[in-house]
Amino acid sequence: MPQVALTVNGKKVTVDVEGRTLLVELLREKLGLTGTHVGCDTSQCGACVVHLDGTSVKSCTMLALQAAGRSVITIEGLAKPDGTLHPMQEMFREHHALQCGFCTPGMVMSAIDLVQSHPEGLSEQQIRHGLEGNLCRCTGYHNIVKAIAAAWPLMHGKAMPAAAE
Amino acid sequence: MAFEGIGASVRRTEDQRFLSGRGNYTDDINRHGQLYAIIRRSDRPHARIVSIDTKAAAEMPGVVAVYTGTDLQADSVGGLPCGWLIKNKDGTPMAEPPHPVLAVGKVRHVGDPVAVVIAETRQQAKDAAEKLAIEWQDLPSISSTQDAIAPGAALVHDDVAGNVCYDWHLGDKEAVDAAFAKAARVVRLDLTNSRLIPNAMEPRAAIGDFDRATGEHTLFTTSQNPHVIRLLMGAFVLHIPESRLRVVAPDVGGGFGSKIYHYAEEAIVTWAAGKLARPVKWTAERTESFISDAHGRDHVTTAEMALDKDGNYLALRVQTLANMGAYLSTFATSIPTYLYATLLAGVYKTPAIYAEVKAVFTNTVPVDAYRGAGRPEAAYLLERLTDVIAHDTGLDRVALRRQNLIPANAFPYQTPVALQYDSGNYQATLEAALTAADWNGFPARRTAAAAKGKLRGIGISTYIEACGIAPSAVAGALGARAGLYEAANIRVHPTGSVSVFTGSHSHGQGHETTFAQLVADQLGIPFNQVEIVHGDTEKIPFGMGTYGSRSLAVGGSAMVKAMDKIIAKGKRIAAHLMEASVADIEFKNGSFSVAGTDKSKSFGEIALTAYVPHNYPIDELEPGLEENAFYDPKNFTFPAGCMVAEVEIDRDTGVPSVVSFVAVDDVGRLINPMIVEGQVHGGVAQGIGQALLESAAYDVSGQIVTGSFMDYTMPRSDDLPSFKTGNEVTLCTHNPLGVKGCGELGTIGSPPAIVNAVIDALSEYDVRHIDMPLSPQKIWSIIAAGPKRRAAE
Repeated sequence: MPQVALTVNGKKVTVDVEGRTLLVELLREKLGLTGTHVGCDTSQCGACVVHLDGTSVKSCTMLALQAAGRSVITIEGLAKPDGTLHPMQEMFREHHALQCGFCTPGMVMSAIDLVQSHPEGLSEQQIRHGLEGNLCRCTGYHNIVKAIAAAWPLMHGKAMPAAAE
Repeated sequence: MAFEGIGASVRRTEDQRFLSGRGNYTDDINRHGQLYAIIRRSDRPHARIVSIDTKAAAEMPGVVAVYTGTDLQADSVGGLPCGWLIKNKDGTPMAEPPHPVLAVGKVRHVGDPVAVVIAETRQQAKDAAEKLAIEWQDLPSISSTQDAIAPGAALVHDDVAGNVCYDWHLGDKEAVDAAFAKAARVVRLDLTNSRLIPNAMEPRAAIGDFDRATGEHTLFTTSQNPHVIRLLMGAFVLHIPESRLRVVAPDVGGGFGSKIYHYAEEAIVTWAAGKLARPVKWTAERTESFISDAHGRDHVTTAEMALDKDGNYLALRVQTLANMGAYLSTFATSIPTYLYATLLAGVYKTPAIYAEVKAVFTNTVPVDAYRGAGRPEAAYLLERLTDVIAHDTGLDRVALRRQNLIPANAFPYQTPVALQYDSGNYQATLEAALTAADWNGFPARRTAAAAKGKLRGIGISTYIEACGIAPSAVAGALGARAGLYEAANIRVHPTGSVSVFTGSHSHGQGHETTFAQLVADQLGIPFNQVEIVHGDTEKIPFGMGTYGSRSLAVGGSAMVKAMDKIIAKGKRIAAHLMEASVADIEFKNGSFSVAGTDKSKSFGEIALTAYVPHNYPIDELEPGLEENAFYDPKNFTFPAGCMVAEVEIDRDTGVPSVVSFVAVDDVGRLINPMIVEGQVHGGVAQGIGQALLESAAYDVSGQIVTGSFMDYTMPRSDDLPSFKTGNEVTLCTHNPLGVKGCGELGTIGSPPAIVNAVIDALSEYDVRHIDMPLSPQKIWSIIAAGPKRRAAE
């Protein structure tokens, strides 16, 4: 069985995997990181989104072997070691942007990438377009959109530019 | 410290674990020595199973067992039971064909489970399942609701004549016929209520475990009601006494009704774990969810309203054909009857109503309750019909509603379809919604949109629902095979913290927060001193679970009842400690005091005394402070409200966009307004999904053509607007909290508001009705055919 070596949430790991093992299977079943969820089998729902070298990817849509030598951050790796939540996690709680919690890890990971990749600011429509790859069945997205807009200034350390709002 | 009692938008306790990836969903659980089950399902709608050759599959690497329906039958495994008996018009019972856990002899829908392969790994089980050699003999099938009753239609069950499960009615036929005979005008509407797939984001999963030492079975499952599963599976399917069967529903990733029912896979893994004495895990892939989770809605209806010359509603006549799918799911039979026809008065004072409902079998996935369940179908019918009446008569649609609403001084109000509404103020929610939506300012917005080349429309719906399900004696008289109370246990610990064990189940509703607010408020203790425990039959005394917006109205009332007992006992302890009479002890803000004095004891002091009873009335009172309560509701609760939607349609493509949405609801007392608002948002999103995007479709050959998220259009963030919500409050008069429920109202009020708005936007094309979903194709066809269509009519 082939081996794959990668960094997950800052720790180096080496794991035996089948060639067909998906990254999400590696995370959930081999490393016990069950915060990353599987909600579909067609790359549509986004519950499995993680960061690969800082960019959001659907971990159900790449093989574990393709992550060799790369750095993966999952929902478990966002909070500080003392338990302090990432501003995005904090804003999700503050704005009631989650209900059953199942889509939440993927939603948070996508949202962080969305905010990081838009230093110029984000309008409501941009946030809504940016979340197209993540399904939520509970919230109607209303509060998720609010949470992301509220996290932008915290993550960029400045007010959202007026034009974006 | 911020106020955290009743009425505060306390941030949710459960969020810490969900946000940090530490939720504990069924598929996150792994048991030592666990095996994996893969279900082989029918890929054809209707066929005889000629043979199943399991040899090649059984010989595959890692395979531990392969079972088929005959193996289960040989082991006396029973069929999946239906929980509600409906009687035909003539008093005879409905047809109730067997629903085997694994198909025996025949398969009746795409997705019908045929065999299970159990192996050391999931991949091995998957590989082996492909090696099962099944010889089929295809049979003619029924894909659509109407086809089920066509002359000469193929039979889904050989012994169910005409595919009719039941032919049922409600209301006063003679009174309705008399009203129609003298009506100034009759308006008729034919409509369908589209078939939907609930699609909770967490696919169903189940793990069976068996302890050889104790003989105890454990089932971990994605359920909204673990005690109901224990009862149904233990008593009817696997014949395991409750004392040997533990059912755990841990964190559950959304339900919307689809996780109420007892499903085959739960029985399969529990049974197989017992056979193999090893844990067996099954997790649905989304494709399986589409063909095995119960679907929702699917009605074909004709409705007629008799009117006097001024537009007053005189009588309503309804005929509905309801699709049950291939088998009867747990509560399927009750949905188009007691949760639908009983709501046909809506918020209107229509004096006479008669409804006939025929439920039919088809070769499709079983249909059962999906968020709203029956009530969205009733509201959609009434609110579309009301707009069509306005269209046909030229009356103003808002004025028509205003004049027919049940007046605010008419409560309690007895409807002609069995229900008695306890409280409400439908004028208040209507007027508040019109104001919030700036109804009167709409013409200017339409003109502005037209200048941009857009067709803009506005739509309204007023709705009611029956929640807080249900008074047991009433439900029993109507055919329910269970009681519908709720149970609570309140355990006050020696140092004054409190554990609440509730039979309600949270799968997104935030009970760990709302219930803790309720208990903290009533006992006058800090919010963080209250722990809410749910979802495990070994911990919770009993429970009927969460559906029908019942958790707070019924489950919360059970907590109040248990707390009343705690307080009553506390008063006796306090009276002893303060040498006063029990009658003189008052309990307020967490403190027991002697009326008219400054003597008092805190809740914590009383708790400690109960567990350290050195100075205690030990001859009259047991030590300890823990109470159980069962609460059986006296009536349903009746949340109601008004929703207003605005849409813009692109003339070139027919694409509709929801540009504004207002919901003003009366859910009774609000415990946590933030959570109520979130429930409204989510429900409205699902309702907009039904109106514009979602539809479960079968082709004529019986194949599901919307079997994945690539084909079934789930609402995404850019399909929806931000919502404006508001509340008007009238209290429920018969439960101790005055609460009504808020879980389902969004899916009830929103589809007709959206459809009415789209049809209003198309007013220049003189459209009377379009069936959901209002796809761009349907809308574009109307626009494209515009002038000709008008001329033709």
